[in-house]
Amino acid sequence: MADILIDRVAKSFGAARALAEVSLQVADGEFVALLGPSGCGKTTLLRIVAGLETASGGRVVIGGRDVGALPPRARGIAMVFQNYAVFPHMTVADNIGFGLRMQKRPVEEVARQVGRAAEMLRISHLLDRWPARLSGGQRQRVAVARALAVQPAVLLMDEPLSNLDALLRLEMRADLKAVLREAGTTTLYVTHDQTEAMGLADRIAVMHGGVIEQIGAPGAIYARPATRFVGGFLGSPPMNFLLCSASGGRAAIGDFALAAPQDGAVMLGLRAEDAVPVGAAEGIPFDVRVVEPMGAHLLLTGAVGDQPLRAIAPPDAAIAPGARIGLRPDPARLSWFDPETGRRLEAA
Amino acid sequence: MNPAMTPVRRLLFWTLVAVLLLWVLLPIWLVAMGAFGGRAAVFQWPKSLLPASLSFDHMAAFLAVEGVANAFLNSVIAAAVTVVLSVALGAPAGYALARYAFRGADAFKLLVLLTRAFPLAILALPLAVGFIRIGLYDSPFGVALMHTVLALPFAVLVTQSLFMGIPRELEEAAWVFGCSPVQAFFRVVMPLALPGLAATAIFAFVISWNEVFAASVLTVRERTLTAYLLAVLSESPLHTRFAGGLLLILPSVLFVFAVRKWLFTVWGISGR
Repeated sequence: MADILIDRVAKSFGAARALAEVSLQVADGEFVALLGPSGCGKTTLLRIVAGLETASGGRVVIGGRDVGALPPRARGIAMVFQNYAVFPHMTVADNIGFGLRMQKRPVEEVARQVGRAAEMLRISHLLDRWPARLSGGQRQRVAVARALAVQPAVLLMDEPLSNLDALLRLEMRADLKAVLREAGTTTLYVTHDQTEAMGLADRIAVMHGGVIEQIGAPGAIYARPATRFVGGFLGSPPMNFLLCSASGGRAAIGDFALAAPQDGAVMLGLRAEDAVPVGAAEGIPFDVRVVEPMGAHLLLTGAVGDQPLRAIAPPDAAIAPGARIGLRPDPARLSWFDPETGRRLEAA
Repeated sequence: MNPAMTPVRRLLFWTLVAVLLLWVLLPIWLVAMGAFGGRAAVFQWPKSLLPASLSFDHMAAFLAVEGVANAFLNSVIAAAVTVVLSVALGAPAGYALARYAFRGADAFKLLVLLTRAFPLAILALPLAVGFIRIGLYDSPFGVALMHTVLALPFAVLVTQSLFMGIPRELEEAAWVFGCSPVQAFFRVVMPLALPGLAATAIFAFVISWNEVFAASVLTVRERTLTAYLLAVLSESPLHTRFAGGLLLILPSVLFVFAVRKWLFTVWGISGR
């Protein structure tokens, strides 16, 4: 077990800047997700921690030891790769035991650990198989078992579920969470899927353009995004943004007014589930263009004035496309952003 | 074979197999007949497909001819050295080209190919002079060096695409789980590359075994089998030529058989 300290780590590929002085601390036993769109630098950061990439600046400290000059094998880490990277010329058992055999552990110990890891991932019946005969989900389990078998101080995962189909991903996600909780391993987990990050992580670091935009518990960054980007990236449907102008501490949207943190141009961040559909006479005036029944709720797509917006309504609500309804927002759950900088505005 | 094949498809399948087998085996069989079938059979027409009499006399006589055994040995040495050098030099170059982006990689590839742009005569004659100076002339090792030059471009390019086909993540996984780069290569990359390396070895072997011009120019007494046969056979009786021909064919076939295990290694699909 160990903590990870990422201290002002920077990385440039020639003239292109991939990471700009990123700092992040992961506590012992904590699960932190690096979340961001492709090209945001999250995989680069993970590979620098793994030692598969060299940083242009800054340092990485694992368990109190600066690992900057150490090769991957000396860092006390294990890694799960996006394409599994299960060795095709070894059986499942040999794959899982690979790290232990490289450490020259006694044969009985290797066998015991392999058995334990396989049991945790529920692949004990596959130990004699060759990877070519496994499904994607099974290979993924082998890759995770191989990583856990060495009982690493730090576990690094690079989009481990992105190659699985949706149903399998859901199942594997729950299994992964249970297994990692049991193992108590410090984990750094890269993903572009916000539901994965929300569901798995103790804390999420949202990355964008080579910087960490916000670090926090999933609930906290969901409810109080620090930037417009974070608000738009987390949640499904994404947060709505309405540009409006405020004077005298009140922002006007159509005929509706809300308490705003500052005067002038402000941007309201409103999540679909944070506004209740009401009659056309009250609330924010919303012209519904499309109604999509999602089962648990109706997804409404339309516009406020000329600004697009998505809202949700109870599944039995009688709302027809083309109708104008009102949306009554929950004042406690609103976010305000500076339209220029995209930063969050706190109420005065 | 797929058990679900219809009878018609099965017939077609086996017909094709038979035609291909005949295409390859019939000439070898006829040469063998000429070598072992006795003097009369060589001149018999139409040929019978079964030997009228089996006789090892020609082959024994041929092998007893002075120089044949030595030439055979020289050929084996030259081919073996060529195989080892081509793979040992070609695979690292291919690996470097596949894994690292470095200045001059394209120029390097072009240079490697350029060695094949020169006619063999232009390479072999100055080499003969050079080899005489440094004492490599008239030895199978000198011939092997020449053959390595011929085989190396293919070895480099084939192994490059071979290594490019092995995901980098497999190597990275090996590094993460305790391997040094060298260990990762021998434990993960090399086993996966074996089929391609076997093919590269076969190619180098065949190039060396069949090459006759450079071998003729670079040797006088220590001829390789091809060079020796070229010089001797035109003055030999027909059945001796067949014996020589068979001796030329067999080692290639045996070598391919020896490495075919690695040529078709697919883990977990065909087993090992």
